[in-house]
Amino acid sequence: MSDSIKLNYQINDEDFTRAGEASGDVKKRLRQMGCSPEVIRKVAIAMYEGEINMVIHADGGEINVEITPEDITMVLKDKGPGIPDIEKAMQAGYSTAPDNVRALGFGAGMGLPNMKKYSDEMHIDTVIGEGTTVTMKVYQ
Amino acid sequence: MRNHKAIITKERCIDCGECIRICQNHAKLPSYDPLEVINDYDYTVALPAPSLYGQFNNLDDVNIVLTALKRMGFDDVYEVGASAEVVSQLSRDYIKKHREQWPLISTACPSVVRLIRVKFPNLIEHLLPIDPPVEIAAKEARKRAVEKTGLPEDKIGIVFISPCPSKVTSVKAPLGMEKSNIDAVCAIKDVYLKLLPLMKQIDDPEDLAMAGKIGVGWGVSGGEAGGLITDNYLAADGIENVNKILEDLEDQKFGNLEFIELNACNGGCVGGVLTVENPYVAKVKMNRLKKYMPVALKRIESGDAIKPENAMWTREIEYEPVFALGEGMKDNIHKMNMVAEIEKRLPGLDCGACGAPTCLALAEDIVKGEAKELDCIHLLREYVHRLSGEISKLDPM
Ligand SMILES: Nc1ncnc2c1ncn2[C@@H]1O[C@H](COP(=O)(O)OP(=O)(O)OP(=O)(O)O)[C@@H](O)[C@H]1O
Ligand SMILES: [Mg+2]
Repeated sequence: MSDSIKLNYQINDEDFTRAGEASGDVKKRLRQMGCSPEVIRKVAIAMYEGEINMVIHADGGEINVEITPEDITMVLKDKGPGIPDIEKAMQAGYSTAPDNVRALGFGAGMGLPNMKKYSDEMHIDTVIGEGTTVTMKVYQ
Repeated sequence: MRNHKAIITKERCIDCGECIRICQNHAKLPSYDPLEVINDYDYTVALPAPSLYGQFNNLDDVNIVLTALKRMGFDDVYEVGASAEVVSQLSRDYIKKHREQWPLISTACPSVVRLIRVKFPNLIEHLLPIDPPVEIAAKEARKRAVEKTGLPEDKIGIVFISPCPSKVTSVKAPLGMEKSNIDAVCAIKDVYLKLLPLMKQIDDPEDLAMAGKIGVGWGVSGGEAGGLITDNYLAADGIENVNKILEDLEDQKFGNLEFIELNACNGGCVGGVLTVENPYVAKVKMNRLKKYMPVALKRIESGDAIKPENAMWTREIEYEPVFALGEGMKDNIHKMNMVAEIEKRLPGLDCGACGAPTCLALAEDIVKGEAKELDCIHLLREYVHRLSGEISKLDPM
């Protein structure tokens, strides 16, 4: 048996009520694994932001998580519109979220900056019209 | 469930009382002291919780209840609600001075504190580090009793009249302090039966009340937060709701709240399993009773045992990781993968017939060596079918 745990989540589009379920489940597993509270918190916050972005900006997608004694890797892959200017999107406060989403309290433009802040490595691959893949790593 | 008996995994139990509430066969009973404990002391003081007042119909003077407690056999009474007003006073001050800890989470409900201790280590720093009202009341009551009687402290019995068994655990294993100041915990429901006839006989009650609206309000969800005189708070009750709020709080889903009041029981302390009245009815009764009370009666005074400094926690709450399946990261990963393998073979119906609450819980118990796969009746049935199939093949007929 391998020294890692692999988890896969399908994220539905536009289902706000279920957004956060995947990161909630990962949190539960990390507790069972005996990860440090700090690591659990970093993963939960970074992944929740990413999960919400997939729902709001990209009609859902797929998340793969791999947990090893060394680190936690989260790969969030969507087939959404892509991000035209990553540098701009990464700026705190930048958001293209529509009004109906802002009414729910999202759209502060803090998601990507938080993901950067709470992960130890982050990489964004994006192709306009094809989709975005965000890879984040948190060290144990 | 093991061997037809309901078993609780002690390390994970936070004394929320759900098991007692839910089981119609009374498989789980709360533990508390019998009323006879008052015979163990030379002088006893009753500390009635505010939720006691919500149990009676048409009560418009708490002095009737307090006088009846004395006729029941207690030498004196000290309302926990009075000390709740002191805690409100201290909390207002603490919250104002500790913005960096916002939102502060109330610590009056021991089950909530225990839940945070085992499951939400990141939130420990948000706990309001002030002793709960009942502990402060116990200190004051003992001081007053010593002054009145001249007896040594150990001849005096401080008896909490409690809505919940979680406080019993807190007396044995206190949170945030070395040793509890309470000697015994009796159930509201036991006291209630004795009080009813006595209350009927009282025409001229003694003036014993020490708490106002704020103190009495603590018995109901939202009451503690109400005592802080701010709008910037959230109050949630019921263990499921509390759990959800804490999950969200840990993921930073709330903005700039000052205070979060959480009660494990529905409706707050009036929903405790040692009460008699339905929590929502009790709430109405408490609100009615509170209406004509002064806002607050008790503040810290110079002669009090409690000073702002000695009402604070003296011991830190430490994270108790109870969810790990094995020892160390590698072993845990290995065991979690085993759990996932076993879970795949289980039917996923969460029927509970095996004794575990869910298929996942059974899988975990199997990995921990506390159960086996054929405890699942669905797998057992398949197994029996397969066996009988093989036997019939052997059958020469
Ligand atoms: N998966 C994605 N697909 C397409 N565009 C995205 C994706 N994730 C982020 N973006 C773009 O980047 C912008 C900034 O994202 P960020 O998460 O920082 O803010 P937000 O989602 O708009 O608001 P907040 O996260 O604070 O609620 C978004 O408004 C959106 O235009
Ligand atoms: Mg976002």
